[in-house]
Amino acid sequence: MSTMTKPTVPAPRKPWAASPKDRGETAGILAAAILISWGLVAATPLKGKLAYAAVFFVAYLVIDFAVSFRKAGRPAAVDSLFRSLVTTAIAIAVTPIISILVTVWIRGHKGFHWTLFTKDMHSNAFTDPISQGGLLHAIIGTFLLVIFAMIISVPIGILTAIYLTEIRGRFTRPIEFLVQAMSGVPSIVAGLFIYAAILLPFTKTVNGIQGSLALAILMIPTVARTSQEVLKLIPGDLREAGVALGGTQWRSVALVVVPAARSGLITAMILGVARVAGETAPILLLTGGSGTKNFNVFSGSLGSLPNYVWQAFSAGTPEAIARAWAGILVLLVIVVILFTAARVLGNRKVGKK
Amino acid sequence: MAPESENSQGDEMESTAQKGSLSDIAAARVQKQPGNNALGVGLEARGVHAWFGEKHALSNVSLDFWPGTVTALIGPSGCGKSTFIRTLNRMHEFIPGAAMAGEVLLNGEDIYAPGVDVTKIRLKVGMVFQKPNPFPSMTIAENVLAGLKLAQLKVENKDDLLEECLERAGLWSEVKDRLGTHGGALSGGQQQRLCIARALAVRPQVLLMDEPCSALDPGSTLRIEETISQLSSSVTIVIVTHNMQQAARVSDYTAFFLSDGGPGQMVEVGSTNDIFSRPKDERTENYVTGRFG
Amino acid sequence: MHFLTSSNWDAVTNDAGQIDVKASHFGIAAMLIGTMIVAVIAVVVGVPISVGAAIYLTFYAPNAIKKIMVSAIDLMAAFPSVLFGLWGFFVLEASGEYWAKLLNKYFSWIPFFKLPAPYVSRSPFIAGLVLAVMIIPIVTSISREIFSQTPLDRIQAAYALGGTRFAMLRAVAFPYARSGIVGGIMLGLGRAMGETVAVYTVLNIVYQVNWHILFSAGGNVASMILLKFGEASPYEIKALMAAGLVLFILTLIVNSLANLIVSRTGKSGR
Repeated sequence: MSTMTKPTVPAPRKPWAASPKDRGETAGILAAAILISWGLVAATPLKGKLAYAAVFFVAYLVIDFAVSFRKAGRPAAVDSLFRSLVTTAIAIAVTPIISILVTVWIRGHKGFHWTLFTKDMHSNAFTDPISQGGLLHAIIGTFLLVIFAMIISVPIGILTAIYLTEIRGRFTRPIEFLVQAMSGVPSIVAGLFIYAAILLPFTKTVNGIQGSLALAILMIPTVARTSQEVLKLIPGDLREAGVALGGTQWRSVALVVVPAARSGLITAMILGVARVAGETAPILLLTGGSGTKNFNVFSGSLGSLPNYVWQAFSAGTPEAIARAWAGILVLLVIVVILFTAARVLGNRKVGKK
Repeated sequence: MAPESENSQGDEMESTAQKGSLSDIAAARVQKQPGNNALGVGLEARGVHAWFGEKHALSNVSLDFWPGTVTALIGPSGCGKSTFIRTLNRMHEFIPGAAMAGEVLLNGEDIYAPGVDVTKIRLKVGMVFQKPNPFPSMTIAENVLAGLKLAQLKVENKDDLLEECLERAGLWSEVKDRLGTHGGALSGGQQQRLCIARALAVRPQVLLMDEPCSALDPGSTLRIEETISQLSSSVTIVIVTHNMQQAARVSDYTAFFLSDGGPGQMVEVGSTNDIFSRPKDERTENYVTGRFG
Repeated sequence: MHFLTSSNWDAVTNDAGQIDVKASHFGIAAMLIGTMIVAVIAVVVGVPISVGAAIYLTFYAPNAIKKIMVSAIDLMAAFPSVLFGLWGFFVLEASGEYWAKLLNKYFSWIPFFKLPAPYVSRSPFIAGLVLAVMIIPIVTSISREIFSQTPLDRIQAAYALGGTRFAMLRAVAFPYARSGIVGGIMLGLGRAMGETVAVYTVLNIVYQVNWHILFSAGGNVASMILLKFGEASPYEIKALMAAGLVLFILTLIVNSLANLIVSRTGKSGR
């Protein structure tokens, strides 16, 4: 019997998705596990939050395994077990992030006041009450350090990336190795390097530019690598078009490829900055941490946010600790802003002009 | 009893401009009647629709697959053939945003019913893909038996099963001395036959083949077509193909799919002979005579 | 730098007198061992979590949550290390001590978990935990990238044969990703070996080898350098720089190996 009427289109379904029955089952297993953990903790010498959590965890796994086994046999049960394990893993992985953010907020905003941005510490000690003094010098210092680090590292990083992706000359292998080596350098080693190379033989004292140099060492690999990835995404025909128009390779790169990758390169830059804004160790070695505003990067010690936090923490009193948290809060906000900016820019398509 | 055809407009087109070769090829095949071996009562699709997110990709396909037969799905690119066979073994649901409607009955029971264990369905309805995909980290023997390991099936005599599957896939004589070598070392055609052997090891009732020869050379293609003919007595086969000659050579029944810009639909189904020599629908005729597609 | 030769690799030595060049000798053996202990704890704790999280994100996470989680973990990679130090000191310390006491109570038949004296705060164990948290973003991110490149056709083949998701992972994803994950682990190890500020804050730095990881004493090369640098005489500074050089070479080796391994993944797929 063939129908001649046009059939109405039925509603799309997803029969494979979790049905209310499935969800109810999961809820049931959870509830059973909770009950068991209460019961066992009450009945045995186990105690404490850990006991609840551990018993709950084990009970959930066992019950879940048994239920799946009965429903669909061993492979399904093992599959469920594994799913529970990886879900636990992600939960554990995400917990510190939340904990850190919450902690910083709770402890930081107590010591926070808007004059933090207008005063510096030249006339206060870290142990003074929180409302006195501020971190203006630290912000200025971090700002200067980072700017100079950028001035040094961004051109080098981007040029390196261009060399490695576009030009690929004879030095590609050694340079690639060099970039990789630099990316793993511990921050204190970068500091020691500049110490040995510049401070000891030449300046013999702390100043800002040395710190910037150390930060640049740490920044260059990040900038270079991210830029490399961005450049790799540029379609080949864009490059060919540039060269076909008669330019040399460097020219076509500069005039065609780099502008196309612009937003990605800015992302690379911002990521590099985010990484070094919070570096402490090299600064402690090379830049010191004065309490006064200092706009001269070439002479005298500079305050900086990480250093501020460090000194505050080392002072130890509750007021000082509160300062430290406030300082971390400011630093974290800056890092989050930078990171978000990098993300937003990075998500814009690396497009053709 | 021939399967019903949908959307039949009742036109009896006396086609005069037949490409003689296709219908000849089809006529030259020994026409199979639906088998009567223990293959279950077959696979039936009833009113199957498929969506990718908002896009309605497949509309209202009803098709029966008789045990022991080979059914070819033909039609131009993008008209839903691959989507359709993926609804038959519940592989469609892996695509993000996928949705479906309708029923697919295996031995009379809907494979999309709530509570159905999908892994068991896939054991009964196997699949061979367009690009051969043996597991490179496994030897030839391990590849063939991979399905058993994946589904944790116990088998008494693995070696016998191994030989049987490779034999049925037409590969035994070529690899019997090197069962311990890695799967990636074979030629394309051999790899595809290895994938067929692998699919057979879990004893499916139905074997779905999604353009299995399109990545292969003509020699391998013919070998696989021979294999398909031999297999069809023990497994029901559904094969998607772009190659009409292949459909004519290999299949007992053929279904023609078409999309007019909207969702793909099945235009006509019939015995292969009929489809290629006396298609009922004008669109079918246009396609098989090469006027488009 | 000829002071490299004066580092004794076997003897545990002390930093001694000021200017008396002959009386003082410097050896970093104790701190090297300390570096490894803390880094190994970090890897043992952090890697299973990271790899598990990466598997979840690649193969299990619903699309809606996935992006948020990935961003959150990448954000954590940008946190300043002094933040981890402070957080570790003020927040993790309490839980860490709880766990340490527990481990000591039930597992002290394992030599690592014995306590020579009942001080559990600021131990290598806690430092290891903080470092574990610090390496989670890196290892997770690399693992995730590798897993997401698992060839789709093999994944489909595994499912089409009737495998569950775990069966598919075991047959396809794990063999594919194995070497890359190892590379990622080593990168995490390298990071843990070189961490300075967080360790300094959380660990009670004492210059001796301490195998009892629950006990409150230890150090690593980086934090030791930081500690001694403030009051070091020029002679001592040279020794510290030698220590820095050793640390650099060590991390260089680990990282280079790691990068080598990571870049080879997927070429053979095994």
